[in-house]
Parts: sequence; structure tokens; C-alpha cells
Amino acid sequence: MAAVSMETARSDSAAKNGGKLRLAPNYWPFVIPALVVIAAVIVFPWVFTLWMSVNSWTLGQPVVFAGLDNYVRLFTDFRFWESLWHTALYTLLAVVAPLFFGTLAALIFDAQFPLRGFLRGIFVMPMMATPVAIALVWTMMFHPQLGVLNYLLSLVGIGPQEWIYNQTSVIPSLVLVETWQWTPLIMLIVLGGLAAVPREPFESAEIDGANAWQKFRYLTLPMIAPFLMIGVIIRSIDAVKSFDIIYAMTQGGPGTASETINIYLYNTAFSYYDIGYASAMAVIFFVIIVALSFVLMMVRQRANWSDVETR
Amino acid sequence: MMKRKTIDRIGLFFVALVMVSPVILFFLWMISLSLKYEIDNGAYPPILIPERFAWSNYLQVFQENNFFLYFWNSILVTGGATLLALLIGVPAGYGIARLKAERSAMVIMIARMTPGLSFLIPLFLLFQWLNLLGTLWPQIIIHLVVTVPIVVWIMIGYFETTPMELEEAASIDGATPWQVFRLVALPIAKPGIVVAFILSVIFSWNNFVFGIVLASRETRTLPVAVYNMLSFEQVSWGPLAAAALIVTLPVLVLTMFAQRQIVAGLTAGAVKGG
Repeated sequence: MAAVSMETARSDSAAKNGGKLRLAPNYWPFVIPALVVIAAVIVFPWVFTLWMSVNSWTLGQPVVFAGLDNYVRLFTDFRFWESLWHTALYTLLAVVAPLFFGTLAALIFDAQFPLRGFLRGIFVMPMMATPVAIALVWTMMFHPQLGVLNYLLSLVGIGPQEWIYNQTSVIPSLVLVETWQWTPLIMLIVLGGLAAVPREPFESAEIDGANAWQKFRYLTLPMIAPFLMIGVIIRSIDAVKSFDIIYAMTQGGPGTASETINIYLYNTAFSYYDIGYASAMAVIFFVIIVALSFVLMMVRQRANWSDVETR
Repeated sequence: MMKRKTIDRIGLFFVALVMVSPVILFFLWMISLSLKYEIDNGAYPPILIPERFAWSNYLQVFQENNFFLYFWNSILVTGGATLLALLIGVPAGYGIARLKAERSAMVIMIARMTPGLSFLIPLFLLFQWLNLLGTLWPQIIIHLVVTVPIVVWIMIGYFETTPMELEEAASIDGATPWQVFRLVALPIAKPGIVVAFILSVIFSWNNFVFGIVLASRETRTLPVAVYNMLSFEQVSWGPLAAAALIVTLPVLVLTMFAQRQIVAGLTAGAVKGG
């Protein structure tokens, strides 16, 4: 027994094959407590939601089996389709804008300059700040009469905007807050990518007389592409689910102009207590998120970037 | 040559300053709002530094809005959810890393993708049935939805990189798996645990959606409490901004002191998460 283990300890490949099986300690007791908790707070809700979605139940009234009625109702619910469109628009903007600014910031922070670490520390702060607290301050800044933003615009000769108080500008305004908060995450991810970029190609490009834009377009960009894709995936998942900022600032308003699926879901469940219908919405919403991540991961694989990414 | 480099660096510094300015200006304005009386907050053109500081705004938040209680609630909920998550999540991360059980890691990943609201409906009903609403327990338990995946995820990544040789040597000497974990693996994993702890605290502290549904007047956490200060007819900006600052200050201070750990944890989680 001891002799075998000495050998396996010595060589990694041997440890992975023969000797390992017999020697492997039982690791399951380490995992079981977490499995129990995950079963209780994560798996149970999934199953329960699925079950509720085929029932008709308004809180305080009896539960009636409804088959697929809730799903059929969803497909004919104009407000749901509208919220789907809001979610799509919000997500698209809240992915593209942080991606652009985050990449730009990463390129700057990749260089050497005085106080770099300090400035990066400040730049990261919005990401960690409490979203509700941030949202309330932005609400004050967006105020059409007293808000500081309209004053700043007036300094450069732009007329007052209605920001979150107007049906057409509400989503871009919310995205502005989201961009302010989540650009740092993209910056950090891309910065990690830039750190792994080799120097030699740039030196030879310089000898060949490439300008800064060409170097970025044909060298840097392809090399950080896998990291950008990771940023897109994470940002998409988070933006689709965005709740705190929207709820704290507009609660889906004015009217229903900024009502995303998540907000509509909240209202259905906790304002109208229509649990069955809300559950069906949660199931569809979950399917959308999984499908979205799946598609994005497919794109990532297709582009064959995965080999660049693994160290 | 040297000279040009210095000029480049100073130029870059100013570009970076412009890049960071929305953050600096936002927080400066937040502080300014919180230290002004209503007259100054309603002034046009806006005033950045008032002649008289309204420290009373902060006093008002604590006295009239019960923020001592809500601060304490936040500490209990975040502390409870984080400690429980570490207690079960660190061994789980170890077990999963050693078992190479990638499938259980997938569950964690999907849990991250699931919208918080879909956990909220069933658990809300469960807590109601268990008659727990009105205590802090529902919030501590539901925050595990956030904290457990973070801790497990980070610990899997960490234990995958710690060397196996010592552990194998210990088990040859007759140590039980639990002893190997307790005495060999755990001490090396301290930096990973610190990262998991910090991120878990931040995300639990900032959580809002669970609180608005589960908290009653007595059991509000800070994010819910600050949101409830909004009454749409008469909003006093000074106290509201002061409250917002009180809510987010602890995590900002933590961010400043533990920047390196946070960056390491987030980028590791992010790159793996993709």
C-alpha cells in the first residue's frame, strides 16, 4: 500500500491513472452539506417554479391545475412582448457601451503612467458600490429642473433633457447608469487579456511601419478577442437580469416604458400575487437566459478562440 | 528619448484622469448632496461646496429613520449568510476540486444565471408556511443563493492550483481525509478564503431584491431602508444622499483596502465563468 502510494505521489501521470482509484480518499462528505443547501435553496425553487407554472394560483385563492394555460396567455400578452423588447434593447445597449469604454480604459491602464494603481482603484469602485444607493443619487442628478446633469449640459450649450422621465429617453438613461457601474468589470477582464499579449509581433510591426490603429486592429484586437467574448457573455447575463437600478429609478415607468421582463415578473408576482402566471414567466425568462448564454458560448467556440484562451 | 517618454506618461496620466473623472465627479457630488441643506440642494446653478455643512442630515438618517437597527440587520444578514457559506462552501470547493466533479460546478454556474426573482417566489411561500417571515432568518437563508455559489466557485479554482504532494504525503502517514483537509489543505488556502469572504460580503451587502420582498419594517437591511426613504411627493435630497452614502460606504472602504483580492477573485471567476 505504502509503496504504491509513494510511486503515485512521485509521478503525476501515474497518479491520474492506475494507483489513484484505490487510494482516492472519499471526498463526498466534504460536498454533501453544500449539496443539501443547494438542493434546498436552488433546486427546490426551480422544481417548485416549474410546477407552479402549470397551475393557476393567485395568492389567497385555491390552486387549480391549468396545464399550459399560463404559457398560452404569455404568448398573447402584449405587455409581455413589450417587456421582451425592452429587455432586448436594454441588454444590447448595456453590453455594447461598457464593452467599448471598458476596452478603451483597459488599453490606457495597460500603459505606464504616474498614479496608475491609485486611479485604477478609483475606477473599480462603481462596480462594488451598492446599486440601489447609486441609483438614488443618479435619480437626483437626472432631475429635469434641479439635476446637475442638465446644468452640465447647459454649460456646453445643450438644452435640458428629460432623462428617465421621458418614454423615449428612459432606457438610454438607465443604460448610462449601468454603463457607469459595469465598465470597470470589462476593463479588468480585458486588462487580464492584455497582460498575456506577447511583445514581439508589435516590435516587428513597428519596423514594418504600422501605425497605432493598425497595430490595434490587426494585433491587439485579435489577441484580446477571447477576453472580449467572455466580457460579452458575463455582461449579457447580468444585463438581461438587471433589476436593482431599473426598479429603484423608474419601477418600469414612465408608464411601462422601461418595464423589462424582470420588472414585469416582479410586478406579476408581488403586486398582483398572480403566482402561477409569474412562475411561467420565470420559466420562459430562465430559458431565454440559458439560450442566450448557449448561443454566445457557441459563437466563442466556433471562432476557435478557446485555444488562445487556455493559458 | 527619455524626455519624450516622460511627456508620454504625463499625457497618459491626463487621459486616464479624464477616463476616471465620471467616477470621481459622481462620488464628489454624492458627498456634496449629503452635506447640503435643502436650500442649497435646490439652488440653480448647483452649488458644489456649500457655505454651511449640513451634518444634521446624517444625524437625521440615524435618528428619524432607524438606521442603527437597519445597519445591525445588514450586518447580521451579510455576516450570517457569509459565515454559513464559508462553513459549507470551502469544504465543498475542496471536495469538488479533488473529485474533479465538473458537473456539480455546472449547477453553480446555472445558479448564477438564474434570475433572483425565480428563487424568491417559492422561497417566499416556503418561509410563509414555516412562519419565519418577520425574523431575519428568511433573508439569511435566501442570501445563501448568492453567497454559496461565489464561495464554492472561488474555492474550486483555488484548490485546483494548490499542490497535491503534501496532501498525499499526509494521507500516507495515516491522516484521515478530514485531517488532511483541516491541517494541510486549509492553511494553504487562506488567501483564497479571504477572496471568497470579501466577494461574498460585498454581494450580500448590496443585495436589494430579496429584501424588498422578505423584509418587514423591523427586518429591513440597509439597501431596502434607503429605498424606503423615497416618498415621491416630498423627497429631501440631503438626508437621502447621506443615507445612500452610509449604505455604500462600508463596501467602498472594503474595496479600497482589498482591491488586489477583489480584482483577483473577479477576474478569476470571470475568466472561468465564461
